Amino acid sequence: MFEDKFTRVLYIDLSKKSFAIKSRPDLFEKWLGGSGVGIQLLKEECPKDTDPFSPENTIIFAVGPITSLYPLASKTVAMFKSPLTGNLGESHAGGRSAVSIMMAGYGAIVIKGKSDIPIYLSIFDNEVRFHDARAIWGIKDAITVGKIIRQRETFSGQRSIMRIGRAGENLVSFASLNTETYRHFGRLGLGAVFGSKNLKALVIAGKRTINLTDPKAYLRVYKNILDETTSSLMKKYHDLGTAVNVLPLHEIGGLPIENLNKISYEGAAELSGENLAQNYLGRRIACTGCPVACVHIAAFRDPHEEEKYFYKTSMIGYDYEPIYSLGTMLGIKDAKGFLKLMDRTEKLGLDAMSSGVALAWATEMLNKNIVTESETLVKFSFGDWEKYIEGLENIVLMPNDFYKALSRGTSYASEIYGGKDFALNFGKNEMPGYHTGAATHLGWFLGARHSHLDNAGYSMDQSLKGDYPEPEKLVDNLIEEEANRQILSSLVVCFFARAIYLNFDNTINCLKTVGIDLTKEELKELGMEIYRQKMSYKTQEGWLPSHLDLPKRIFETPAPFGKISEDYMKKAIDHFRDRLEKDFR
Amino acid sequence: MRIEIIDPDRCVGCEICMLACVRRQGFAGLAKSKIAVHSSGGMEKGFTVLVCRACSDPPCAAVCPTNALEVRKDGGVNLISEKCIGCKNCVEACTVNSIFWDNEANKPNICIYCGFCAMNCPHHVLYFNKEWGKENV
Repeated sequence: MFEDKFTRVLYIDLSKKSFAIKSRPDLFEKWLGGSGVGIQLLKEECPKDTDPFSPENTIIFAVGPITSLYPLASKTVAMFKSPLTGNLGESHAGGRSAVSIMMAGYGAIVIKGKSDIPIYLSIFDNEVRFHDARAIWGIKDAITVGKIIRQRETFSGQRSIMRIGRAGENLVSFASLNTETYRHFGRLGLGAVFGSKNLKALVIAGKRTINLTDPKAYLRVYKNILDETTSSLMKKYHDLGTAVNVLPLHEIGGLPIENLNKISYEGAAELSGENLAQNYLGRRIACTGCPVACVHIAAFRDPHEEEKYFYKTSMIGYDYEPIYSLGTMLGIKDAKGFLKLMDRTEKLGLDAMSSGVALAWATEMLNKNIVTESETLVKFSFGDWEKYIEGLENIVLMPNDFYKALSRGTSYASEIYGGKDFALNFGKNEMPGYHTGAATHLGWFLGARHSHLDNAGYSMDQSLKGDYPEPEKLVDNLIEEEANRQILSSLVVCFFARAIYLNFDNTINCLKTVGIDLTKEELKELGMEIYRQKMSYKTQEGWLPSHLDLPKRIFETPAPFGKISEDYMKKAIDHFRDRLEKDFR
Repeated sequence: MRIEIIDPDRCVGCEICMLACVRRQGFAGLAKSKIAVHSSGGMEKGFTVLVCRACSDPPCAAVCPTNALEVRKDGGVNLISEKCIGCKNCVEACTVNSIFWDNEANKPNICIYCGFCAMNCPHHVLYFNKEWGKENV
């Protein structure tokens, strides 16, 4: 391993308002960085059965050995105990977060304890400051918080500003942590963990030099990777962004609509990447070090209600998953409505995916008369976006018991109010936007994060085209893919670059330039070992997947290659449990 | 200018130019970058790209107390590192804020006009004009 500040870990104690910097080459030499190092730090710092909202819960941010060195090595991994699932929380974000942490001189940051008053942290090189945030606690929108910190702090224009909104302050279990306005540690409630610690925001930056043993080799390897990136990835994700997926998924019948009651509707063209780009796209931006610039931001011009010729123009980020959750899942048929919902979600600091799925469930509960308007307070109806804006506010304000339950996620709310069969959560995390077949649902049900990016079952479904192997084989394939992806999330690279960095020759060459020599076999074994570490943490915290916890809705609505068989899923999950017991304890 | 910012509206803020500049010098990281990209009040407002304009009568050289910045015949300056005492006068003097400070070396980052940033820019924000200043030489 090369000698670098990268192997330093910054430990912050919010209770004592103190910090310490420790060199941990032991960790980084064995586990690379990112997820690999993150899960070890979580095991070290966060004891078994920790309450997610207690001071003992630990937030870990980790970057990787090639962060800021290679294209698309632009992501940060956050690990924590999730208030949504009560188990392993792992969320990834880009923006400037990764390069800022690396340039400030750290491979990982560990945050523990709880401040007595609201504070925000600034981290510039070796300087960590604890600032009074009482005046910005409760500010209506998270965007404004960013603006205020921008004015007060140094490194203008080149720093990462992570902050929570009111959702995080109020401990909504799926509150997100926003960074650079348009990127998020969105999933599993990191925003609420920040809130529980009285931590409003964290700003980090630095400028330093990383010394290389062979600069010429670095130039050469970098060029190869950049060429590959620009030739293979630029077009699709630069042009339309992830929203490019809306129409193809709708066409094959894999796009969940109206709480997955439908897979086809007339709103798809309106919410497509094509339509959003043609009529709303205002700017494309990139994460630091990534040439792709997939981040798409709509310029949305809205007339003032009371005053003629008075317009406000909002810049609103959009991606495939929020289009699904806040758009198609809620039956929204006009782009304007979707953008308004997106904007409100951003300002409140909610995870767009969980929020949309929660409101879709609440709508069906109301439609089926399982709950009444006295619970929902709003007459939800698929397509009526104005009602859903009120719904988002209610999730954060929690004006009654129904919203108190809903703010803890659809799994929790459906335990109390019923409607479990159509509460679309997997391992207590609300589903992503793919109803492509058995592999996708199995993938996120059995995956460590319950995320579509764990193992990309949606991609397997689409390549298998209905020609499924035995359930045991499918599960083995999902496990193998997820193990390989631990390499990506430990490097840490964006999963859009998976084709580049899962070509292990590229990864081996990159690592060589920073003094890490690993063979293909060693890399693969490391990926499997990190996977094992995560699974052992999950089982330690009481996780054991049962097919009874699958929402029945996925068996009722046909997937593109036919209805999903309950029996197939049961066999698959039984096999997974065998392997969990045998190989991953 | 030798390195021309032909279309700043195309800039996506990826900072690949900055990383390229440092790479060209045999390092990684950002401390030694001689070009800078920063957002201008939030990512939604776009980006500002700062790079040396290669002035023919450069203010930075005029304020250097030790003549560490030598005026080039084709415009711009060369840094004579041994002469530099780290006073930062040049940073203050540069009207276009394109001299950056290397805190680790305590020296200014002075562009050498190699064009590597422009060659690496994936979105055609920068253009390397090889003909610039030739008639002055």
